[in-house]
Amino acid sequence: MTSSESVIALADDLPAFEDRANQQTKYTTCYMCACRCGIKVTVEENKVRFIQGNPNHPVNKGVLCAKGNAGIMKQYSPAKLSSPLLRKPGTERGAGEFEEISWDKALDILEKRLSKIRATDPKKLAFFTGRDQMQALTGMWASQFGTINWAAHGGFCSVNMAAGGLYTMGHAFWEFGDPDWENTKYFMMWGVAEDHSSNPIKLGLKRLKERGAKFVSVNPVRTGYQAIADEWISIRPGTDGIFALSMIHVLLKNKLVDDEFLLRYTNAPQLVVNTPGVVGDGLFYRASQPESSQGEGEPQVWDLSAERFVDANLADITPALFGEFTTPEGTPVRTAMSILIEKYLDQQYSPAVAAKECGVSAEDIERIALEMAHVAFKETITLDVEWTDWAGRKQSKFIGRPVSMHAMRGISAHSNGFQTCRALHLLQILLGTIDCPGGHLAKPPFPKHIPPGIKPAKTNIPNTPLKSPPLGFPTCPEDLVIDDNGEPLRIDKAYSWDAPISCHGLMHMVISNAVKGDPYKIDTLMLFMANMAWNSSMNTAKTLEMLVAKEEDGEYKIPFIVCSDAFNSEMVAYSDLVLPDTTYLERYDTISMLDRPISEPHAACDAVRTPVIEADRDVLSWQEVMVEMAGRLNFPAFTNADKQRKYKDYKDFIVNFEKEPGIGFLAGFRGVDGNKSLRGEPNPKQWEAYEENQGFFEHQLAPNQRYMRHANQDYLQLAKEAGWVGSTEQIIIEIYSEKLQKFRLAGQGLYDGPQPTEQHHKDRLSQYFDPLPIYYKPLEEQRIDPDEYPFHAINQRPMFMYHSWDSQNAWLRQIMNQNYLYMNRVAGEKQGIEDLSWVWVESHNGKIRAQIKLMEGCNENTVWTWNAIAKRGGAWGLKEEANEANDAFLMNHLISELLPTKGDSIDGITNSDPVTGQAAWYDLRVKITPVSNGESGAWPQFSPLKPHPNAQESPKMLSYVATKNVNIVRRWADTLLAGALSGKKGADDKGSKS
Amino acid sequence: MKLGLVVDMDTCVGCHGCATACKQWNTSGTIGPLSDKDPYGKDPNGAWLNRIRTFEVGDTPNSKTVHMPMSCMHCEEAACVTVCPTGASYKRSEDGIVLVDQDKCMGCNLCAWACPYGARELDPDQGTMKKCTLCVDRIYDTGLPEDERQPACVLTCPTKSRTFGDFDDPESEVSKLVRDRAGKQLMPELGYNPVNTYLPPRNKPVVEVHEMTGLTQSIKGWVNKIIQR
Repeated sequence: MTSSESVIALADDLPAFEDRANQQTKYTTCYMCACRCGIKVTVEENKVRFIQGNPNHPVNKGVLCAKGNAGIMKQYSPAKLSSPLLRKPGTERGAGEFEEISWDKALDILEKRLSKIRATDPKKLAFFTGRDQMQALTGMWASQFGTINWAAHGGFCSVNMAAGGLYTMGHAFWEFGDPDWENTKYFMMWGVAEDHSSNPIKLGLKRLKERGAKFVSVNPVRTGYQAIADEWISIRPGTDGIFALSMIHVLLKNKLVDDEFLLRYTNAPQLVVNTPGVVGDGLFYRASQPESSQGEGEPQVWDLSAERFVDANLADITPALFGEFTTPEGTPVRTAMSILIEKYLDQQYSPAVAAKECGVSAEDIERIALEMAHVAFKETITLDVEWTDWAGRKQSKFIGRPVSMHAMRGISAHSNGFQTCRALHLLQILLGTIDCPGGHLAKPPFPKHIPPGIKPAKTNIPNTPLKSPPLGFPTCPEDLVIDDNGEPLRIDKAYSWDAPISCHGLMHMVISNAVKGDPYKIDTLMLFMANMAWNSSMNTAKTLEMLVAKEEDGEYKIPFIVCSDAFNSEMVAYSDLVLPDTTYLERYDTISMLDRPISEPHAACDAVRTPVIEADRDVLSWQEVMVEMAGRLNFPAFTNADKQRKYKDYKDFIVNFEKEPGIGFLAGFRGVDGNKSLRGEPNPKQWEAYEENQGFFEHQLAPNQRYMRHANQDYLQLAKEAGWVGSTEQIIIEIYSEKLQKFRLAGQGLYDGPQPTEQHHKDRLSQYFDPLPIYYKPLEEQRIDPDEYPFHAINQRPMFMYHSWDSQNAWLRQIMNQNYLYMNRVAGEKQGIEDLSWVWVESHNGKIRAQIKLMEGCNENTVWTWNAIAKRGGAWGLKEEANEANDAFLMNHLISELLPTKGDSIDGITNSDPVTGQAAWYDLRVKITPVSNGESGAWPQFSPLKPHPNAQESPKMLSYVATKNVNIVRRWADTLLAGALSGKKGADDKGSKS
Repeated sequence: MKLGLVVDMDTCVGCHGCATACKQWNTSGTIGPLSDKDPYGKDPNGAWLNRIRTFEVGDTPNSKTVHMPMSCMHCEEAACVTVCPTGASYKRSEDGIVLVDQDKCMGCNLCAWACPYGARELDPDQGTMKKCTLCVDRIYDTGLPEDERQPACVLTCPTKSRTFGDFDDPESEVSKLVRDRAGKQLMPELGYNPVNTYLPPRNKPVVEVHEMTGLTQSIKGWVNKIIQR
């Protein structure tokens, strides 16, 4: 008898457990973090019975993480807001005194305020969003409003990864690419605790291990993924760049690079002008253009066969990869590859020198570089698939160099993260591992041309939409968002000389700048899903003071704060108008190809959320509020010629809005009959079609479209048709960034265009805008005494809370409700610091008290903690005595949004990557001293927040049940005979009882 | 039949997905509710049937981090059953699943003390003992699609580190895994003969290093090759 037969036979013996007649199965998209897994939800009488992974879903293929499985406790959180709230007249911001108001009143208040701003000075609205994934809508809304002061939270999250990739190869780590889990043989993971995308990484690691691929992790802390790595590299934080560049040194010393890849797909052979100190130095030598024509001439290469300069991007030429030449005009030029080799062969990149900086031994640096080279060049894989390259030439196979990498926050959250990210990509490119079998694969709509062709908007005209989106990709100083005097135009100073390529904005600077009135004061700060009054701000304690700071006349320095949140977060108390959002199980939503879709490397995918639970409160999703406000304010894109509203609600907008003919928010089930994919007329039944398809759309790429997509005509034609790229021209991978060089020239005073006037800006541009990846000490480290602050202090989120919006979750907080300051045991013993003792942790910005936990798997120069465990008492439905409010601590208090002061012109400058404005969370350095007098408990402490009006009281006991519990009653006879009869069927005493 | 779980220590990253999936399914399941005391207060603590124990082995710099999911092992010699004074705890002879009849349990805790694996937890509200049922209310439920008739923890595991099956059937996936990967019982010396089995980490892959080629000290060592673009 097989086991499955007996399963069925025995089923007769058991009672019916589920009340299926009363249950429905619905499909939607998880939102417990940013991973966007498909979920199958069983609902019984509007209560969630079970949330499970959807086995058909391209992202999670049926699995689900701890957060996704705790969705029920999000839905039933007592912290859910239940109606719009207005700060009570006469009460102070931060006191949490609110009156409940109707949606009509709330929307009227907002409309009046916004309408006045829009008609006078649109930039006085600063609209910033947190963990949302609807930036296509919020960005379009901001454009239509006419404010340049919009961004999502990318500036304090992972812009270094996005920008590092998009300015190098047109896709990226983060969400824009994935390792080829099925084929890779050597996988290196850099600075990833838990991150985008959580379940796919886990599924992928399982595949690697099954196939016997090697997994190397580079991380100062050995938790989570690092626990199962075959090799753990305990690097010193912020030094990954020198480790990567030193491996490049080893590869170059041994001439182990994929020269065919470099020659065909990158700008390595392009000729760079070599005239130090002269305008134009470091730019490409380009064909001269007739006076009348627009733009620049084509970059040139030296054709070895023709023995002359030719346009670099022609097919069938034979460019020189190395060499110095003199142009007919007499200009000395050399190939980008020659510059690269000369740069990285320098001794400063030798393993012996690098080892001292990063703490990885010279032997390990050399060995890992040579291991990767071996796998790339000696374990090459070949897929016999015929494909057509960019020039229309048939190719008979895809060559795979099965080395891949993933990198995230540990790289991103340093002020040298952009260049470090580029260093990792350069390593991948030299090994020829980009978008090939076994390598790093792009996910549609990526790769894009470098960088994507959107320029950030600069205008501020009353009642007039912006000419382009607020965020874009500058390629030269002319694209900066600065005025004629070189001063920032945006409230967060994005795209200024402080951070020229800040493509995600600098959300972490908004409150600080607005309160200072630097560069100007604003009227209204509108936040969605952003907890800026707590863990999403640097310098939290001082940020709270800023939020309530007043002018001499008694008016708040930020006059009006609006927030939308589903929960009573810390931010709610600091808002004047609170708009209660729905939960993820109650809303319509799109995860759009125009934004951050859910694509997999070999399939273009997007998804929706549709309500599986009916909201029992007076709440409205932020999507609906956006569309409603757009209609009320008569945004052109939301208004018909007859001045009537174009869209009645969010669903209507999603179905009928077209960005360009046939392209809308959802790429699937388009066309009048719903049978067109990627492009097609609006389908009035599109939502229904998605629901029928379990909430997602998947367009599989044909086998000939799956690799080398930067140069794959079959793919590029599809991408153009789908609106992902503007042309089918080859995407040239930029190992050498002329775009960065233009900014560097501006810093050197050698640029024929806008140039900074302040010395510190000149220095930043000259130093950090190197066209080839560089390593430099993180900025905070440059401005403090490392002997005084001997430890790096970093943080990470635990897997069961990563990117989650609700640590108050009744199940998840049982797994962790206090964070410790983790420290290497040996380092602790050297300092006389005992396990579980309380210590003072001090940075240049202030001090906190925290409890120590000694551990082994931690870099000896590093202390770390779990981030965002600490909560303010009363917020999130937590009681005053909750561990999160008493014993847990925020490291945020130690991190300033500004660089350490030294009494120089850099004092007021953002604590961010000088290229991208990425918040430098992990640059923090601290000293640690034991408490002297038996003090304990986390410090600083904050007074508890009030529950929101009509808040459901947080229960003392919770026994969640969605369906009747059906007990299995043990047979009496069996009990009496202590099991001697068990297994024999007793007809009259089996059964069930509820 | 001898039903149980195989847990792969080579791939478990300690994500707690299995633990919350278990909590979620079972609070409304046959053993539920799984109550939570002070869910929003100090030291919240509820009944869980599966917990992840994380610890380190070895000293700096040669330490290793281990994530170990722990639930009822459905022991063949289940001391928890022997000590139960009311007969509420029992081991089904059909499939070896150890269950607690909630109607007969008086919450005396003897079984929890007898269990060396810490796999039983007293429900703080119900006062009865809760433990892993191997999702007996899923695995036999013909109302579920066949591939979902598995314990919730197995269904959800993001690294697919958990496998459910019949250890009596030599051809079952669990039996094969135990054979192929040298599966280990936890604390076999105690003599309870646990059914659940852990797979030790695989041997580390060995990657060759590329041979060193004549070391190049400068750009002069590089020679152009004719390669058609």
